[in-house]
Amino acid sequence: MNDVHQIKTGIPGTFYRKPSPSEPNFIEEGASVAVGATIGLVEIMKSFHPVTADRNGVLDRFLVEHESQVAPGQDIAEIRLVN
Amino acid sequence: MIEVIEPGFATTVQDEGRPGHYRQGMAPSGAMDLASYRLGNALVGNDPGAASLELTFTGPRLRFTQAATVAVTGGDMPTFVNGREAKAWMEIDVSAGDELSFGFLRSGVRAYIAVSGGIDVPAVLGSRSTHALVGIGGFEGRKLTAGDILPTGTVRNQASSLRKLLPEHIPAFSGKVELRYVPGLFSYRLSTRGIDQFNGRTWTVTPNADRTGIRMTSTEGPLEFVDGERPFGAGSDPSNVVDAGYPVGAIQIPSGTEPIVLSRDAVTAGGYFTVGAVISADLDRLGQCPTNGTVRFVPVSIEQAAAARQASAKYLSAAIAALSH
Repeated sequence: MNDVHQIKTGIPGTFYRKPSPSEPNFIEEGASVAVGATIGLVEIMKSFHPVTADRNGVLDRFLVEHESQVAPGQDIAEIRLVN
Repeated sequence: MIEVIEPGFATTVQDEGRPGHYRQGMAPSGAMDLASYRLGNALVGNDPGAASLELTFTGPRLRFTQAATVAVTGGDMPTFVNGREAKAWMEIDVSAGDELSFGFLRSGVRAYIAVSGGIDVPAVLGSRSTHALVGIGGFEGRKLTAGDILPTGTVRNQASSLRKLLPEHIPAFSGKVELRYVPGLFSYRLSTRGIDQFNGRTWTVTPNADRTGIRMTSTEGPLEFVDGERPFGAGSDPSNVVDAGYPVGAIQIPSGTEPIVLSRDAVTAGGYFTVGAVISADLDRLGQCPTNGTVRFVPVSIEQAAAARQASAKYLSAAIAALSH
């Protein structure tokens, strides 16, 4: 079984690691994630859309920077799966 | 009928739109990429004007309660029937219980699902198009949500084999878009240098883009305006004019910094100067301008705009006439 999994975004836009400028990041690299957990937001058409984990595991690393532009299908973060 | 299991990012029912109500402030709505929408209807053997689904960025997951034929057109979005990939730009047979789903968008912005018999929601002012800002038309005047049940029209007798668009008629959606425009009504607000700046720049499509308008940006400063006292009733900003109508395709440039091109759900009037209007032949292209793609504006005459409109119509009838079985 492949033990690494990429979380992708379906929509393009601006990627944010935190819910608002004054709040901490949703999650730090190295922390555990569960299916459905929000790991970031993508802003498009003046609205914010959560990027959520679709596997359980440890969030190893983000593959895009806070406030960078992302495209449909782009890898956002890498999860190490926990069996 | 069609059951909506997952709605997709912004999926709406659209058709040719409802022209004729602009003076009351009602934009025409209708498919953002009319050519792709029309080709979809032709592929499934519908009469022109049957309503289809317009998908934005991501596709829905749909379940069909009865057999139908569908066709997916427009931006390149992988299509799956019961998890098996199916081709775009051709008829697809679906059986009762089949599920239609989509992968990540590869080009353009919007794709269309045409269904034999059309999406049979009530017509409002002669059109089934959704105008979500106003909350009329389409399915309850809004984008689809999970659990919606879409009525479909009577399925017509299908041909013995599946229709398909010839490869040379399949449009290409590029990340570098040229939009032709006719200058006016307020292009005189920019200096000669300001007009050259506008035509010369490569603009980037921002994430602030929807069916109402598409905002673009550049790394350079504001365009140069003509100095002089503003008339009574205009605001103090050099981009302000006394309120006037905005045609569909109008290019307004608030403060001379970020052009907004109004689209099929346009704001119909306001107080920003418009440097011109994107020609009707290029509105489909506008509807497929990808986020973070680039745009250049090319000024043309009314005669060139009319010729381009004829060329578009000619391409469409040739493509429809050549649908092969």
